[in-house]
Amino acid sequence: MTESSSHHDSSSDQAAWQKSLDLPSERGASRLIMEELLDRLGEHGWAGTDIFSIHLAAEEAIVNAIVHGNKLSADKKVHVECFVSPTTVRIEITDEGDGFKPEEVPDCTQDDRLEVPNGRGVMLIHNFMTRVEYNEKGNRVLLEKVRDT
Amino acid sequence: MAQYRRIGVTQNNDVAIVSFNDKKILDEASIQELGAELFGLVEQQKMGDILLNFTNVEFLSSAALGKLITLDRKVKASKGRMKMCNIRPEIFEVFQITKLNKVFDIRKDETEAMTAFS
Repeated sequence: MTESSSHHDSSSDQAAWQKSLDLPSERGASRLIMEELLDRLGEHGWAGTDIFSIHLAAEEAIVNAIVHGNKLSADKKVHVECFVSPTTVRIEITDEGDGFKPEEVPDCTQDDRLEVPNGRGVMLIHNFMTRVEYNEKGNRVLLEKVRDT
Repeated sequence: MAQYRRIGVTQNNDVAIVSFNDKKILDEASIQELGAELFGLVEQQKMGDILLNFTNVEFLSSAALGKLITLDRKVKASKGRMKMCNIRPEIFEVFQITKLNKVFDIRKDETEAMTAFS
């Protein structure tokens, strides 16, 4: 696993934390980044409710990359890049799969899908972050949250 | 008496009150085990009325929601009743966003839930 991180403090910039690393495509691998991400959010003054939202969105996105993107293949990695400042969080997640079309994910809130056990991750991600962008192939997602002022 | 790792179970009248041992329900292996223990309440222990008390629970991923949906379906199929209570606002928001608050019977606290059972 490769990783790099930096803690950047400057009088002219906002203090920020950045980290990038590769996760193995195993269930539970999000724990390799999540605790640190949540700690940094707290240190940068993010409120508990925002931390919950970011945690949930990041967890769902990483699980999707591992399970749906990389199909739990041992030879594939999920690349995660995080940025945390007092006002902005950005998490970019890239898998090595064939991509998907987010617009083709069925609406899990339709009556005939409400009792399906799966299929809620993408919707929760969009709901809890202020901006969600995919690359054209659909194997990379950027989650961004800007703090309400 | 059954031994549980992920849940605690007590009886109040004929209602099985279930608490969760994990504050954060997101790990795949834990969720599988949780699901098995919850389903066992209906399928093996034949408990008809179940109250899930979420007091301890700070975080819930969508995989955990899936287990709750399956449990609710099993309870309804065996003509039982399932209710939930003491859900934190941020987790209740997840139920609202996913419209699962239309599927589940969610009450404020145990007192309100037990009244609803009787």
